[in-house]
Amino acid sequence: MDIKAKLVDQTGMQRIITRFAHEILERNKGAKNLVLIGMRTRGEFLANRIFKNITEIEGTKLPIGVLDVTLYRDDFRTLIKQPQVSVSNITFDINEKNVILIDDVLYTGRTVRAALNALMEFGRPATIQLCVLVDRGHRELPIKADYIGKNIPTSINEEVKVKMDEVDSEDAIYLMDSKEE
Amino acid sequence: MALISKHLIGLQGVPREDIQLILDTAVTFREVLERPIKKVPTLQGKTIVNLFYENSTRTRISFELAEKRLSADSINFSTSTSSVTKGESFKDTIRNIEAMKVDMVVVRHAAAGTPFYLTKICNANIINAGDGIHEHPTQALLDMYSIREKLGKIAGLKVCIVGDIAHSRVAFSNIYGLQSMGAEVSVCGPSTMIPRFIQDLGVKVIYNIDEAIQENDVLNILRIQLERKAREYFPSIREYAKYFGITSERLEKNGKDILLMHPGPINRGVEISSEVADGKHQIILNQVTNGVAIRMAVLYLLGTLN
Repeated sequence: MDIKAKLVDQTGMQRIITRFAHEILERNKGAKNLVLIGMRTRGEFLANRIFKNITEIEGTKLPIGVLDVTLYRDDFRTLIKQPQVSVSNITFDINEKNVILIDDVLYTGRTVRAALNALMEFGRPATIQLCVLVDRGHRELPIKADYIGKNIPTSINEEVKVKMDEVDSEDAIYLMDSKEE
Repeated sequence: MALISKHLIGLQGVPREDIQLILDTAVTFREVLERPIKKVPTLQGKTIVNLFYENSTRTRISFELAEKRLSADSINFSTSTSSVTKGESFKDTIRNIEAMKVDMVVVRHAAAGTPFYLTKICNANIINAGDGIHEHPTQALLDMYSIREKLGKIAGLKVCIVGDIAHSRVAFSNIYGLQSMGAEVSVCGPSTMIPRFIQDLGVKVIYNIDEAIQENDVLNILRIQLERKAREYFPSIREYAKYFGITSERLEKNGKDILLMHPGPINRGVEISSEVADGKHQIILNQVTNGVAIRMAVLYLLGTLN
């Protein structure tokens, strides 16, 4: 895979995350009743950063959890490689809460569908709001994000790669060429 | 990551990475079991038959729960209520069940080798739930999971299996599994219940229970299988309890922090005293809970293999 362009750098990502914090607080009129849930793996780190920003702005520490949606995938029958499952960690009650579901890239919408199913089994939230760093289009399901870092119209032959310092030792969003050899 | 085999017949020859994968996957399912809704849709549309030719409470319920919690459809088969009583052969029974389009078969049978035979005559994924005195892999996996959960590791630990080693499939699966995970395994019991040449498996034999308690980090205490004529191997149950039973006095005398496990069902006052069976060293009921998670992990790993 070749890098086509670097779309967002570290400062850019920091600005997006700060904006997320403000937008989430504005839309929900403060931090009351909010919980953050990041989707493994990069959504988890994104959630941590939004958490820090909201703590700085509001002074309240929101409950924060991690969701692994592997068990809810719809593509087990077609997968060649078996996915590695991992643990969800939601130790608080999500009933009647406003859940901010956080992921790095929104593409077909299938992961979000899986996440919605998974979340419903933890309880009945008042609302679920979707927050994504990148919306790259090509939706296969009727799903729409509430907070979008960057809209990146892509072709199917391209791929969006989000890198985060916690696992990739840099903060950046790249547009990649994913032509099969 | 995927298992090398599409069946789970035993732990003999199963590489360490596969055991590691099963144990790690079970951590996920252990978390699912703590949720308010303990069910995930992963094996939706898969059909699993529980073929139990031998009695079982724990293992059958555990498998059945694991299947239900993965949203698979499961069917229970027990010999007493089936056409086996009309004289249908084992092979015909299996062929007929397979013709109803099942994806996986969980089998328990008094004859060692039955699960392996099944892999030759049908296409489903076969999981051994105990075959004669051969192996009981999911029990050993849940034992290892429980050890790791409690002590944080398996490699380097000293584990002793106590009791009727010669007639125990649990013992053999534990020996193979623990050894691949890097534990040091020994066995302890009356000499009549220690199979000849067991040393060839790299297992140390201890005939004195006090010595076994002093030397080991974990004791896996097996049930004296009274229904398998265990009585013929020692003079009396009282004598067995006296020389090999784990009692609080014995633990105190050896003054050691030790982890005690038992695959169940327990004979209170025989291999383990009632006090110890409910005491602070044991993790018997944790083992049962972990059993569901381990079986979910095995079903998931085999059932989603393409």
